[in-house]
Amino acid sequence: MRLSPDQLVFWQHGFFKLNGTIVLTWGLMLVLAVGSKLITRKLSTDLKRSRWQNLLEIVVTGIEKQISDVGLKHPEKYIGFLGTLFLFVALAALCTVIPGYEPPTGSLSTTAALALCVFVAVPLFGIEEQGFWGYLASYTKPTIIMLPFNIISELSRTLALAVRLFGNMMSGAMIIAILLTITPFIFPIVMTLLGLLTGMVQAYIFSILAAVYIAAATRSRKPKPALAIKT
Amino acid sequence: MDSMTIIAVVSIITAGLTIALGSIGPALGEGRAVSTALTSLAQQPDASATITRTLFVGLAMIESIAIYCFVVSMILIFANPFWNHVIVGAAKVAGK
Repeated sequence: MRLSPDQLVFWQHGFFKLNGTIVLTWGLMLVLAVGSKLITRKLSTDLKRSRWQNLLEIVVTGIEKQISDVGLKHPEKYIGFLGTLFLFVALAALCTVIPGYEPPTGSLSTTAALALCVFVAVPLFGIEEQGFWGYLASYTKPTIIMLPFNIISELSRTLALAVRLFGNMMSGAMIIAILLTITPFIFPIVMTLLGLLTGMVQAYIFSILAAVYIAAATRSRKPKPALAIKT
Repeated sequence: MDSMTIIAVVSIITAGLTIALGSIGPALGEGRAVSTALTSLAQQPDASATITRTLFVGLAMIESIAIYCFVVSMILIFANPFWNHVIVGAAKVAGK
């Protein structure tokens, strides 16, 4: 029984392997890049626009609103990174409707790579916002004793991001594979729908958690003069 | 029982126990989280976007614990290093 698309090897030359995960990731990248390029070729600003442009506008404004709700003041700075995370994980889950497809996020390599991207991006955005020493000083807040705990929490939440996404995607694919050998008619379709739902929720969770970590790293800790009531 | 049998038996039992016991805590926690979220939604329906988003983030954190237990039990069944070690040893003995 195959645990992940890693074990499906198309081509191998010594150390370099072209396995299912890599090929499927390339396919998803192709769909996202070529699709966006084709849709945004002739953008129009009046009321008459193509439905694909409408769809992309709904998606982009939705992500922007979510990012600003989390607390990031200028969502256009972060939407490139966070939007791509969401779109990639969501498309990887959505394509499960295609027969013979396994989500590349069901392999620990892909999810570890995405979690490492977040791990690198959080200090980058924090340094851009607060300066190098300002960002490093934030590790010693509230007291210097918290320094090792802050570092450990950075590492553990990166690991949690990777394992959470991997566990959800792999379990969905595995349950469908097991059910196909037992009851091949209606039940696997129900489980595929459940897998779609959890895939979209996990894509949302991954990008929202990345946004929350970036917001925590970039918020300035100057004392506020009055209590700000958030509406 | 030789060591191969012991490893197999213990791995299988542990895999089942891991996922069984490991799902109790997160299930109870998620139930409490959703019930508190529903209460606060009933009290303040206009904050429903914030409450819903925070609820989903909290549920994902709680769910991660169950996912860790699931990953451990999958490793015990499908990628068990001790089992692979004794299988390699048995193949060497049979090959001699």
